[in-house]
Amino acid sequence: MAQVPIKKRPRNLDLALLRQYSLPLPGKVSIFHRISGAGLFLCLPLILWLFSASLTSPESFALFKAVFAAWPAKVVMAGLIWAYVHHFCAGIRFLLLDLHIGIEKEPARKSAGIVFAVSIPLTLILWGVLL
Amino acid sequence: MINRIVVGAHYGLRDWIVQRATAVIMAVYSVVMAAVLVLVRPSGFEAWQAVFANGFIKFLTFLFFVSLFYHAWIGIRDIWMDYIQPVGLRLTLHVLTATALVGYTAWAAAILWRL
Repeated sequence: MAQVPIKKRPRNLDLALLRQYSLPLPGKVSIFHRISGAGLFLCLPLILWLFSASLTSPESFALFKAVFAAWPAKVVMAGLIWAYVHHFCAGIRFLLLDLHIGIEKEPARKSAGIVFAVSIPLTLILWGVLL
Repeated sequence: MINRIVVGAHYGLRDWIVQRATAVIMAVYSVVMAAVLVLVRPSGFEAWQAVFANGFIKFLTFLFFVSLFYHAWIGIRDIWMDYIQPVGLRLTLHVLTATALVGYTAWAAAILWRL
């Protein structure tokens, strides 16, 4: 009987060596999808408060505008706009993958590139319009 | 052919479908509202409030929020399941997340039906 060499599992990769590998583009889309989703969730109270203030009365609307004009809020809103746009674009890609569209390695890598190519300019445009 | 007997509560498949259905609702709402705001161009408080006081927009907006909170429940629950291993802590986070999202649903309803 032929001897099959037993592979040592689990393999412990050298962490210093591991840093040389970079996450492939689809992996980046995926982890940013999770990070943006978590960020949006954590900011839900802020988003609802701003929405409420903008709609309740002329005084609360003025407060909403004042808060929105302050730079710490602008930084947070800039982050939230990016998160929403990235989550939206990556989400559409995931829906297409669920429909088995572009699940081969090359199309999947290409569509991951398209997600960034759309989401980054769209984020910049919305920053310009809204902030 | 392998006859695999599927057992269990099946909530995994239901959540999978709900997460995608709510995603589609939110994506359509985002595009529709962007178009509405570009067309209406609400200039101040009165005009902005009038957009959401419209019955149909109010309904769509509430549908959006409910979709958002259900979608967030599934996504955040998955994050806790992936990274939080101690059962007690994980269950506590599940309960806190669900409680917050139910509260947000009531908050969103209150905001919209004050109008």
